[in-house]
Amino acid sequence: MNNTPPAPDNELPDTHYLNATYGSGIRSWLLTTDHKRIALLYLASVTVFFFIGGVLATMIRIHLLTPTGALVTPETYNKLFTMHGVAMIFFFLIPSIPAVLGNFLIPLMIGAKDLAFPKVNLLSWYIYILGGSFVLYSFGTGGLDTGWTFYTPLSSVYSNSAVTPAVIGIFINGFSSILTGLNFIVTIHTMRAPGMTWFRLPLFAWAHYATSLVMILGTPVIAITLLLVGLERIFHLGFFNPALGGDPILFQHLFWFYSHPAVYIMILPAMGVVSEIIPTFARKPIFGYAFIAGSSIAIAVIGFLVWAHHMFVTGESTYAALTFSFLSYLVAIPSAIKVFNWTSTLYKGSISWDPPMIYALGFIGLFVIGGLTGLFLACLGLDIHIHDTYFVVAHFHYIMVGGAVMGYVGGLHFWWPKITGRLYPESLSRAAAVVLFIGFNLTFFPQFILGYLGMPRRYHTYPPEFQVLNVLSTAGASILALGYLLPMAYLTWSMRYGKVAGQNPWPATGLEWKTDSPPPTENFHVTPEVTWEPYDFENRPDLGLAAGARPLAPAHGDD
Amino acid sequence: MHRTGDLYGHFQTLEQQKETAALGMWIFLVTEVLFFGGLFLTYTINRHTFSTAFGIGSNTLDIKLGAGNTVVLIMSSLTMAMAVWSAQVGKKKLVSIFLIATLALGTVFLGVKAIEYKQKFDHHLVPGLSFDMKYHPTHPMPGDDLTELALEKEEVDKAFAQDPDINAHGQLYFSLYFGMTGLHALHMIIGAGLLIWLIRGSFRGRFTPQYNTPVEIVGLYWHFVDIVWIYLFPLLYLIDRHR
Repeated sequence: MNNTPPAPDNELPDTHYLNATYGSGIRSWLLTTDHKRIALLYLASVTVFFFIGGVLATMIRIHLLTPTGALVTPETYNKLFTMHGVAMIFFFLIPSIPAVLGNFLIPLMIGAKDLAFPKVNLLSWYIYILGGSFVLYSFGTGGLDTGWTFYTPLSSVYSNSAVTPAVIGIFINGFSSILTGLNFIVTIHTMRAPGMTWFRLPLFAWAHYATSLVMILGTPVIAITLLLVGLERIFHLGFFNPALGGDPILFQHLFWFYSHPAVYIMILPAMGVVSEIIPTFARKPIFGYAFIAGSSIAIAVIGFLVWAHHMFVTGESTYAALTFSFLSYLVAIPSAIKVFNWTSTLYKGSISWDPPMIYALGFIGLFVIGGLTGLFLACLGLDIHIHDTYFVVAHFHYIMVGGAVMGYVGGLHFWWPKITGRLYPESLSRAAAVVLFIGFNLTFFPQFILGYLGMPRRYHTYPPEFQVLNVLSTAGASILALGYLLPMAYLTWSMRYGKVAGQNPWPATGLEWKTDSPPPTENFHVTPEVTWEPYDFENRPDLGLAAGARPLAPAHGDD
Repeated sequence: MHRTGDLYGHFQTLEQQKETAALGMWIFLVTEVLFFGGLFLTYTINRHTFSTAFGIGSNTLDIKLGAGNTVVLIMSSLTMAMAVWSAQVGKKKLVSIFLIATLALGTVFLGVKAIEYKQKFDHHLVPGLSFDMKYHPTHPMPGDDLTELALEKEEVDKAFAQDPDINAHGQLYFSLYFGMTGLHALHMIIGAGLLIWLIRGSFRGRFTPQYNTPVEIVGLYWHFVDIVWIYLFPLLYLIDRHR
């Protein structure tokens, strides 16, 4: 039986994963196999790349304050947006939620002591660091100017920038993704605690399972594609070079076969986060659990079938274009199902406006805009006009920043008490969430208009009549930056000075909330046995919700 | 210190540990299928577009060596499976014998591949290194059959007439040849390393009916590498040979 009494709620537990010493200080971190410590290693590294990408974005926005752009030369401008994309997509967005929150939470959520392959988990992080080093080397020795999409033959033949180290770095980094995905899939299959059946899994776990499927199936393809680009560059081969009989469109197919599913790698985990936050702060079971779980899998599967919607203007046959357009509309349906289910969860719920909830609600709104504009782009006739304009840029930033990053920051805020044992200042964090939301919309909404009016993307200049909108966008970017800096500041502050959180401050229903904050190294003092359904606020007296509280509304309307 | 066959701390039972290891290897092999798949796709598309050049390329490969290698690799999969079986029934000595046999056959395969690569190098068929598909018929090596070479020269001349860029397209074929067989050979070398590790373990009597997971999962990996070759051989050596 349990012989370590749980820590009382106003004190941190005596030993937990952060202060457990099994070796000297820094070595015990760099050689750890504890999934929680590895998650924090990732937290530090992805934040570094977020900064780098952010600095590059700042330079882009400052340059675009004037129509003729006086900050950098055209060649440098090409490097700015390329490196911004590479840093943000491969080294921030794709790892962020899975490698930080997924690594930390999945064993806790399923009642396991660690992931299935803890050493492989550590290896994943080192592979990420190695890949990142190659890319940083590339940034530092001439940069990259091919666009993050590395279209050939610019990337494979003509570019004079440091393409080869960059593609090597991204190739290596791909294995970090693959091994993380592999670890999650096997863990969820074989390491669940007694009573944790598939349909009792939290939706965060389902989301990561679906994400992992995409990671393991898609990432090898971009690995081999970038390898071919590198080989072509070094040995002057001709797979993608028309002068030697190769086909640049083949590159695009191979590239987008991964890179489209990659966007689902970025959004599915964020959706998982939202699926955890909404029921908690509506204090209601989530509406349509099975449909949300199933829609995650559906998005993963259908997401592999739509890649050529990035290639409508390359001359692909009308029939192919029609098929991909149709499938792109189809893939929106499971996403829409999630949005409806989240909203239905809110209906007649007991809403509280804690900071994670603000992020989650912001996610829903911004994701709807981003997703809908994706459908506009998937419409063949419309795409002819808005392809390669700022409309596309606005669309994917709504999804990736308004969606995925808000999910990430919201998730950090939701699980921060579990990770650190501390709470953060409530009013300040609510204000920061609002600042982020406002800054984000001011930055990117004008870009929809710019794109629709015809401003091309990846251009260092623009016609003078677009200046007002560009200035608005840059102003928004400065507010957005503040919205990110504030949490970085107060979350760091809270690690030492924040109020002690206790086991379950919100309270929430997941298994991770039934152990100490921060958790012990072995996660649970006693292996839990699960006998309750997920998000079941009614039948969980252990949550300490006030006795005699208003009965919770049933999940399915007025019964 | 963790000892062989012990339960790792985060597992509940040995059964769970074994199941986890096997599932992990299967999923890893799925990723490998996708990894090689990109190359296979590129090859297939290019073969369709440049069938003449690819046909000639196929003809420069030595079918006897290729077929021989295929048999060698299939036999190595047999010995590997026998090693797994031996571990499962507790015949520890046989485990070592079969693992060594697998390693030996794998080494034979790699040796033959090295010979083939050297041949390509001699015949100026390595992309980027003074590649020239016409070189061999016009520069016989000692021991070559001159009448066969004359026929080859005739075919190559015809093909050059049909497809003026045939050297460029031929380079594509050989890029893919070296890329695919090279990647395969790299996986075999890694497999050989894993086998050496297993052999050392088997000498120490590590693998018993209760605990033989490493043999099983390396076996899975080895079989996968075999299957990749079984696809590579017809694609590279056999298709369009008669043209």
